[in-house]
Amino acid sequence: MKILGKLTILLCGVLLLVFTMEFPDWGDPDSPASTHLSPYFIQHTMEDTAVPNIVTSVLADYRGYDTMFETTVILTAGLACFLLLRIERKKVPHRYYRHEPTGVTLRMEGDKFPRNSAVFQRMDANWVPYDFVISRTCRLIIPFIQIFALYVVAHGHHSPGGGFQGGVLMGASVILFAISHSLRAAIKSFSEKTAALLSVTGVFIYAGTGALCLIFGEVFLNYSALAPLFGNDRIMARSHGILMVEIGVAVAVTAVMIWIYYNLSSAGKQDEGL
Amino acid sequence: MESIFSLVLAKANYAVYIILMMVGLYAMIAKNNLIKKIVGMTIFQTAIILFYVSIGYKRGATIPILEHHASPETVAHGAEKMAAHAMDAVDVAHYINPLPHVLMLTAIVVGVATLGVALALAIKVYNTYGTVEEDEINQQLRSG
Repeated sequence: MKILGKLTILLCGVLLLVFTMEFPDWGDPDSPASTHLSPYFIQHTMEDTAVPNIVTSVLADYRGYDTMFETTVILTAGLACFLLLRIERKKVPHRYYRHEPTGVTLRMEGDKFPRNSAVFQRMDANWVPYDFVISRTCRLIIPFIQIFALYVVAHGHHSPGGGFQGGVLMGASVILFAISHSLRAAIKSFSEKTAALLSVTGVFIYAGTGALCLIFGEVFLNYSALAPLFGNDRIMARSHGILMVEIGVAVAVTAVMIWIYYNLSSAGKQDEGL
Repeated sequence: MESIFSLVLAKANYAVYIILMMVGLYAMIAKNNLIKKIVGMTIFQTAIILFYVSIGYKRGATIPILEHHASPETVAHGAEKMAAHAMDAVDVAHYINPLPHVLMLTAIVVGVATLGVALALAIKVYNTYGTVEEDEINQQLRSG
């Protein structure tokens, strides 16, 4: 099996290498990929959408349908993780707690357990001692990561950025909180219900922006129709429509990243985890 | 000799992506552990992303963000004037191809989300069979 695999790989690799000799050189300005559609995008972005960042305008305007369904794919992936893994929290007969002032470990029976407090700290199966440096450093860093994420979303028209990148940064900040403290602490501040609702809301904002254009009497996702709503001309309205759509993408990506992390790290129990 | 060397160097980006892709494909074919197969799939995906990004590159070109200066008067006069201002000269050879970047931007995030689904399936397999080794799963399926 191993030898057969290596042979297949060798054959595939050599064939691909031989035929890439026909491909255009690296950095060739006249390669087929750069000559048909992309000159149009580069030349017409400013007069069509008033967005200097060509990537953003292609992403949310010229290829708006593509991005809408990419967002839907992300939502579907989050739902798939939820449906595959999520199980109800079972009643546990006992739990272990650590009495903070004395450092004594207590085993508590029954179904009434104390909440986490300054005195009692719950111990998971893979419990490690509280690390002061890591948790305080993360608490210091997380607000700055979140502000940067908002900047990346809001400034996507004029600099590298946009909904996907900002959304992933925002999701990473909450995941960092869950890793540096505990999964339960993260779920307490950003619950699973919030994640599920926000991921659907993000896709709804995107599709809703498209539907709003329909209501204003033009085709789906033609943001020029929103000019009366924003109170400016038809070209600037496209720029604002792109911003609305990017916000929808950012909300959906943030929520789905967090949701997938919650389910994967605890294998669906959302009680103990990384 | 020199011509062959320059020929190989001009296509070096394809060689890099093919090597990475074959590493990923080998992991997907020959590895026994499901998690290692998933890692191989991710390496394969990264190779495709690198391939697309390298296609978009043009020699001597900059990132696909048009040079613009938002002075107070263009903001006051709205987009039409700004567009007319920007139309002066947009040199296509000056900006790299934005299209592969757009495609890969979404592919990376969708890739992470689908990786989550793959890992969820692996957890499910582990819960059912107690292992993620493929031959042990096959053995259990045959015997029971």
